[in-house]
Amino acid sequence: MHMNWFKYSSPQTFYPLAGKMIPWFFWAASLLCAVGLYVSFAIAPTDFQQGEAYRIIFVHVPAAWMSMFIYLVMAGWAAMGLALNARLSAMMAQALAPTGAMFTLLALVTGSLWGKPMWGTWWVWDARLTSELILLFLYLGFMALQSSIDDPRRADRAGALLALVGVVNVPIIYFSVKWWNTLHQGSSINMGVAPKMAATMLLGMLLMALAFWMYSVAVALMRVRCIMLERERSSDWVQSLSAKGSK
Amino acid sequence: MLKARHKRFILIGIGLALIGLAAMLILNAFQSNMVFFYTPSQVAKGEVPHNTGFRIGGLVEMGSIKRGDDGLTVHFVITDTAHTVPVEYKGVLPDLFKEGKGVVAQGSVGADGLFVASEVLAKHDENYMPPEAAAALKSAQEQSKTLVMPK
Amino acid sequence: MQWASWSAFFNMGGYAFYVWFSFGLTALCVLWEVYALRQRSRDALRLAQLLAQD
Repeated sequence: MHMNWFKYSSPQTFYPLAGKMIPWFFWAASLLCAVGLYVSFAIAPTDFQQGEAYRIIFVHVPAAWMSMFIYLVMAGWAAMGLALNARLSAMMAQALAPTGAMFTLLALVTGSLWGKPMWGTWWVWDARLTSELILLFLYLGFMALQSSIDDPRRADRAGALLALVGVVNVPIIYFSVKWWNTLHQGSSINMGVAPKMAATMLLGMLLMALAFWMYSVAVALMRVRCIMLERERSSDWVQSLSAKGSK
Repeated sequence: MLKARHKRFILIGIGLALIGLAAMLILNAFQSNMVFFYTPSQVAKGEVPHNTGFRIGGLVEMGSIKRGDDGLTVHFVITDTAHTVPVEYKGVLPDLFKEGKGVVAQGSVGADGLFVASEVLAKHDENYMPPEAAAALKSAQEQSKTLVMPK
Repeated sequence: MQWASWSAFFNMGGYAFYVWFSFGLTALCVLWEVYALRQRSRDALRLAQLLAQD
């Protein structure tokens, strides 16, 4: 079988390809972010109960979505690395973790900044907030475990196992507002039901989510390039790359 | 003899099964411990912890908010449309605390059935719309109500 | 446009602190991450170059 994408599954061929893709993803992210911010602040109307404070939704929900989505993608790459013993897959998982952790932290902090004026508290231990905090610990645990083991192959394996165990937390976060009594409100967007938001508000949120997504891809590609250089610095391809002095 | 790759797949399968088991256990633990608030109906049935504080969640009953002379104490009633609990609270209320809106109060029930709250939080819903749309929705609902009522 | 004036926009209906803190922190995190990764990539290339000269 000569599958085309196998060609790109080795670091030395993926490195220049990723380098070419990064600017495109950054441009897409910038454009979507600019339009998304314009819709979020200039077009989306005031909310009938929360006034202008609801506008935190335009960073909070995209950040929370990305925190869960990146975890699933990370665990997917980790599983692939584990099953096929592929170094590039494991590197992709490692490259996604810090960005996922950042979005988790942002979801928690912006949620806190939203909860104080609306609910009357910075933090409560309800199922939604608690499970999102557990997600942050999972990301940090994954990063800590990976960096605590010197042998990269063993580090990948240990990290992958932790990432896979943690996957159960993602549906728990998502359905927590359905399964339990929480202070956090239910989802505004559900499969098969009309969204419980005005159309322009929804548009702003989706544009920002797309922008965050494109950004995440760009940053993960940047980081995976760094990891390749660091891990394989004595290999022939990195040596010839640095000898040429090209990026 | 199994190939190394097959062996690895089997091990991963066993691992996933174990993870699933752990997930079920965690879910179970969550189910029994992650009750953030109780409803007035659960209070009426006595399904709430005794001798310790807990939270009640529901809607603030329409027309039930009464502010005390000291300007700090407030009395209101939490309802889930089936049962109600009277609440007393001294302190600052969140911006979204309104009649007909969601509320979660932490405190304990006294001998007289009055729930003395130490903290009152607002619980808003997942609907977002401009004020005009909300007003239109409300008047449409009221119109349909008056249409149905005479039957 | 939702806003009567720029000051109304910055005031965010009295929730300026919460709204602008949220957006500002997000912007800071994103910019910092990109900056840190550029540094890291530069360092990694430099180290590889040092090894290549040996």
